[in-house]
Amino acid sequence: MKAWLNARTIIVALVVAGLLLLPVYTTLSGNVFGLTLFTRIIIYALAAVSLNLIMGYGGMMSFGHAAYLGIGGYAVGILAHEGIGSGFIQWPVALAASALFALVIGALSLRTRGVYFIMITLAFAQMAYYVASGLARYGGDDGLTIYKRSDFGGLIDLSNRVQFYYLCLFCLLGGVYLVWRIVNSRFGMVVQGLRSNERRMQAIGFPVNRYKLVCFVISGTICGLAGALLANNTDFVSPASMYWTRSGDLMVMVILGGMGSLFGPVLGTIAFLLLEEALSQFTEYWALIMGPMLLLIVLFARGGIDGMLGRMRRG
Amino acid sequence: MAEPLLRVEDLVCRFGGVIATDHVSLDVHSGELHAIIGPNGAGKTTLISQLTGQLMPHSGTVRFAGQDITRLPAHRRSRLGLARSFQITSLLPDFTASDNVAMAAQAHDGHSFRFWADARKEKGLRDAAMSALSRVGLAHRADAVVSELSHGEQRELELAVALATKPQLLLLDEPMAGLGATESAQMVKLLQELRREVTIVLVEHDMNAVFALADRITVLVYGRVIACDAPAAIRQHDEVKRAYLGDQHVVTRHD
Amino acid sequence: MLLVVEQFLNGLQFGLLLFLLAAGLTLVFGIMDFVNLAHGSLYMMGAYFAATFVVWTDSFILGCVLALGATLLLGILLEFVALRHLYNRDHLDHVLATFGLILFFNDAVRLIWGPAGLALPLPPWLTVPFQIMPGVYYPAYRLAIIVVALVVALLLYFVVMRTRIGMLIRAGASNREMIGALGINIKLLYTLVFGLGAALAGLAGLMQAPILTVQIGMGENILILAFVIIVIGGIGSIRGAFLAAIFVGMIDTLGRAFLPDLLRQVLSSSAASTAAPALSSMLIYLLMAIVLVVRPEGLFPAGRR
Repeated sequence: MKAWLNARTIIVALVVAGLLLLPVYTTLSGNVFGLTLFTRIIIYALAAVSLNLIMGYGGMMSFGHAAYLGIGGYAVGILAHEGIGSGFIQWPVALAASALFALVIGALSLRTRGVYFIMITLAFAQMAYYVASGLARYGGDDGLTIYKRSDFGGLIDLSNRVQFYYLCLFCLLGGVYLVWRIVNSRFGMVVQGLRSNERRMQAIGFPVNRYKLVCFVISGTICGLAGALLANNTDFVSPASMYWTRSGDLMVMVILGGMGSLFGPVLGTIAFLLLEEALSQFTEYWALIMGPMLLLIVLFARGGIDGMLGRMRRG
Repeated sequence: MAEPLLRVEDLVCRFGGVIATDHVSLDVHSGELHAIIGPNGAGKTTLISQLTGQLMPHSGTVRFAGQDITRLPAHRRSRLGLARSFQITSLLPDFTASDNVAMAAQAHDGHSFRFWADARKEKGLRDAAMSALSRVGLAHRADAVVSELSHGEQRELELAVALATKPQLLLLDEPMAGLGATESAQMVKLLQELRREVTIVLVEHDMNAVFALADRITVLVYGRVIACDAPAAIRQHDEVKRAYLGDQHVVTRHD
Repeated sequence: MLLVVEQFLNGLQFGLLLFLLAAGLTLVFGIMDFVNLAHGSLYMMGAYFAATFVVWTDSFILGCVLALGATLLLGILLEFVALRHLYNRDHLDHVLATFGLILFFNDAVRLIWGPAGLALPLPPWLTVPFQIMPGVYYPAYRLAIIVVALVVALLLYFVVMRTRIGMLIRAGASNREMIGALGINIKLLYTLVFGLGAALAGLAGLMQAPILTVQIGMGENILILAFVIIVIGGIGSIRGAFLAAIFVGMIDTLGRAFLPDLLRQVLSSSAASTAAPALSSMLIYLLMAIVLVVRPEGLFPAGRR
């Protein structure tokens, strides 16, 4: 048996094929809900992939990643509200705003280590949440409705569900590819080395925080893109999209899928959101089951889905 | 005579009320193997850490290759050609041996903000890694993950990592720690070869190794230098004998 | 002037409440190296228990005592069933597991008490205004909170600084291996400390209950404030938590009270009244950022390795 032909690659190939073909199925069966659900899943998967870059590969446990979802979303929403509908302006602004925010809070937070870092990123994201709540002109607590999706001229029509789905999927696969290139590059080696032993990396001559900060900014920027997509998907952006439980969800997706594995976060997101969807069909009190389930996953299923697939090959 | 490669003057470092480094002055000349010995708690590791920049002294100066590096951060010193090995093995445990060394070669190369090309396929880095691994006799273990290496192999890998940064000065913090007799002998042999290429500061408890290898020995007791001389003279030094060599059970204990 | 005194006392009261919450969090972190996001849920449970027991027993004091006991038991149960198996895992596992607990508690409360909030009425003897200085009245209940919280803070200080248990706690906060070496029943100590933390959180929750509505998610915002406090104060440090809590309580309260007026000087009044709450919330995080830039380990780090 070839080395690449294992449970992990087979599952990943099946999932990618399934995602690529999904609109064919939903169009034929008229299942609009399935397409909407998976559009949402794909967007969150992109956010999870970006979080995995710093958390899984870089060892930076950011608990404030949802902030970028909000910032990317508000960039689109605010510009749309002010009459600037072009995606060619909205999206670069969304990415730039996320990158800037990541640069500032990263520079401050990376002075700390371990659990301080977890709490600091959490607190900064909460600050972004309060700022958004205070934006009276843009809906404050209630959020901001986006009446027209980003306009990309004749290039692509975001109001078309299938086209939008494929755009999101393109962004996700692009994001995974980008992360793959990064983690195997010189830069990625340094970042992973830092996760493994920071003192050693410093001793052989790497200015530790510079690398971490750049990694943090890249991750935030990718997540900002997810935010811009999300705002277009829901035609709405609100402070709730950056509430800290949202950041917690993203962390769960990454860990459920398997930290530091390339495709793990995608699998984790699919599993998490499908489970949430299934449980909420079954009972209004889905979190009553989901909560203890998380606890059990932490206690008994280390390494997430990816870890399980990896073990299947050996077992 | 030219300025020594490393010149330490009047270095002081305190932890709370305790003086760990008490006005230490020290010269290391280019090409020499300079050993630092002293009983446990004499402040040897503290001194090394101030030389490499993991710890900042309270006063005094450290000059390296004619440049004042007292306030320079660790990574800048490493770039100047100052490499260290750690007393407690400190590698990247989930990386392979060759990745560990390649990382050091990459650090020496100085271009790490490259985001696209596959670093593991860069011939220059791989070759540098393999040559450093061969140098310490680990080439056959290149693809083993560090956590699978034996303790002796890890100590050798530490050395390979330090070598891969192409240092002018190698600071070795107890490279023999925890090694068996054969492994120690191998390490001594390895250091015999390396000393021809690079200046070495050796902190070590193994007195046989120290007296076999060193050109000069500095004796540190309670953070103070009580003697600095050739091995033969150190053996005869009264204060050293009293403070240190007479107390054999302290000398040989590793922890 | 009157307003200033009143807001000052409000700030003190809020700060002391935050301290009760932060003290448990910082103790549990300092000793067990455990990050407990569900601490806010215990705060919420304290409030819900109080709202229930006060109605059942028809006595405010008795209800509160029962609620306190119930939260203590809940904390011990939680520690015993789930959390003690997580102590030697990394912080990320703690965050995830206790995040799951938050989800659980929120929905459990929704199932048991319903989605609408509860009110906890005060007995008449606590609603009278109390004359604190000539012409200045302050609600008796808020004054009672200040007194109770101060007494608890002093007791805590006494326990931690003067007793054998406290010595172990402090030893554990600065060096975890050491208490193991002393041959102490660590499991029991951990359970006790966690229970104590839970009771403190419950006390904070039940005391806050009559002032705010008892509702789902009430523990979450305040938990983040408690995080900010222990980061500012230095993780594991009771003294740091106390000072930082008072500080944060003051800034938050005074900011909310006076920022709108200050902003009205420069902005239109509607803009000012919407921007002010956001700004005063931000003030705290700004403070935290400054502290971190100057002292990355907090103001009073407990001598950690």
